[in-house]
Amino acid sequence: MTAPVLSLKDACVRYGDLTAVEGVSIDLHGGETLGLVGESGCGKSSVARAISGLNPLSSGTMMVQQEDVAVKLRTDRRFLADRVQLLFQDPVASLSPRLTVGALLAEPLKIRKIFNADTWAAAIALLQDMGLGEQFLSRYPHQLSGGQARRVALARVLTAKPRIIVADEPTAGLDVSIQGDMLNLLRALRDRLGLSYLFISHNLNVVGRVTERVAIMYLGQIVETGKTGLLFRDPAHPYTKALLSSNLTIDPQRRRERVILKGELPSPRNPPSGCRFHQRCPLARDICAVRQPRLETQADGRMVACHFPLSGGSEAMAG
Amino acid sequence: MTIVSAMREVSRRPGGTFSLVAVALILIVAIAAPLISPYAPNAIAPANRLMAPSLDHLFGTDHLGRDLLSRLIFGSRVALGVSLSVIAISLTAGIALGITAALSPRPLDLLILGIFDIVTSFPSVVLALALVAVFGPGLSNIILLVSIVFIPHFGRVARAQAIAIRNSPFIEAEKVLGAERWRIILHHVTPNIIGPIFVLACMDIPVVITIEAGLSFLGLGVRPPLASWGNLLNDGYTYLDQSIWPSVFSGLALIVATLGFSLLGEALRDTFDPKLRRGP
Repeated sequence: MTAPVLSLKDACVRYGDLTAVEGVSIDLHGGETLGLVGESGCGKSSVARAISGLNPLSSGTMMVQQEDVAVKLRTDRRFLADRVQLLFQDPVASLSPRLTVGALLAEPLKIRKIFNADTWAAAIALLQDMGLGEQFLSRYPHQLSGGQARRVALARVLTAKPRIIVADEPTAGLDVSIQGDMLNLLRALRDRLGLSYLFISHNLNVVGRVTERVAIMYLGQIVETGKTGLLFRDPAHPYTKALLSSNLTIDPQRRRERVILKGELPSPRNPPSGCRFHQRCPLARDICAVRQPRLETQADGRMVACHFPLSGGSEAMAG
Repeated sequence: MTIVSAMREVSRRPGGTFSLVAVALILIVAIAAPLISPYAPNAIAPANRLMAPSLDHLFGTDHLGRDLLSRLIFGSRVALGVSLSVIAISLTAGIALGITAALSPRPLDLLILGIFDIVTSFPSVVLALALVAVFGPGLSNIILLVSIVFIPHFGRVARAQAIAIRNSPFIEAEKVLGAERWRIILHHVTPNIIGPIFVLACMDIPVVITIEAGLSFLGLGVRPPLASWGNLLNDGYTYLDQSIWPSVFSGLALIVATLGFSLLGEALRDTFDPKLRRGP
């Protein structure tokens, strides 16, 4: 396998005494879409902000194209901005309210001091590719629909010519038919431009559809990661199984038994001892409260952080 | 947006047309003062002192028999000159300091806030007396002094507004795109905080006019016989028991200016906020 375009090792993000992300390692390969899944407050967005440079890592390293980002940023202020871009969860809020779409689209070019007739024509062509004609150039963000604002944000981000796009809930607030269009657009762009996506979502149907690999986060840590198809068909971590079982499906063949978790998501300010999931885990035993499980590679290639991974999925859970 | 379309937009707001007419009137009067004033503003005629309005003297005369209309017309030059200079200086300095404070590390923020507090804690008249003692009276010293008094006023609002938006997604989006700090400040922070400050500035113009009037009354500002609305108002007040007309007309001039600039400020705020603008 080729070297990853983005590699996060033992990354931690702390806000004061709150540790939002602890010891997360992620490899993103060229042309790949990696899903990052977890419930609200699990640290998904903190990972996204760290990768896009908004919150520096408290510890750990981040490599982009085999270069240490912290080192490169000392000499090249835009090292990260030229390679990694972020699609915000709320696209309208991420567009400066007093600028027209045209001015917003020109921003990445002006920031890079490469604004000229050719680059501008290319930017407009990009916008047109997304079904937004020149009449949109004079509109303001609040005059756009959710889907249009997303496409403007996407065109703007692509004008910066990144290699990696972190997409934070790229389908949030879109109705299902438009969600499909958006996902197809993202996939087409990825294949045409050779992009890699870190796809953050809690919509499992969407993640199952567009990602090759997926990482499941719980309380600031990755509990299971591997090929999406494998994980979704046959989860090994009890949390993954519970998460998947909460996902509604209309296909009775695919309906799973419902696993209801006890209690609330604990506070990351005061995480549980041992395995962070043990208080809510239906299969927890004594050791789980004492020793924290490490992510270990399984025979089928996935990695799981659990003392008692489910081998055959449902039988183990039922037993 | 062109000036013409902005003015059309302003005129659609409540009081917008009035504000445009009032401000335009004051501007024209100030510029064309020597052409339109019927008498020399400083020509004394003791025989005609404190006359009521008549066809010869439309607004009457003051305690030295000077034509009040002519003095009001020339007074508008002082009023506008002082207030616009003061607002321009304090607005620029206030916005620069306020944004710097909002986007700087805590110690620099506290330092700037501390300076604002020190300036604000001086009663402006005491500060005025001290400054005049040091630099001597005169128009340019008054402009400088009142500007300093107004800097914290704009600076605090600019800081609060900048703090409110400094972590908004659209600012963060610019950071992720690689925008430099100055670019974020000039293109994204300033345009989004200028609206309320602009309204404040328009509403402060009449306040500055009255401060100038007060300082002139104390002998610290515009020296007689140069006419300013403040001088006229205070002269009128002194002779109120003999004639109400000087007070009435200089008060009216101040009211028209106050209303005009305040309403213009509000209408401009609405006009410059794309969310409040009408039409497509």
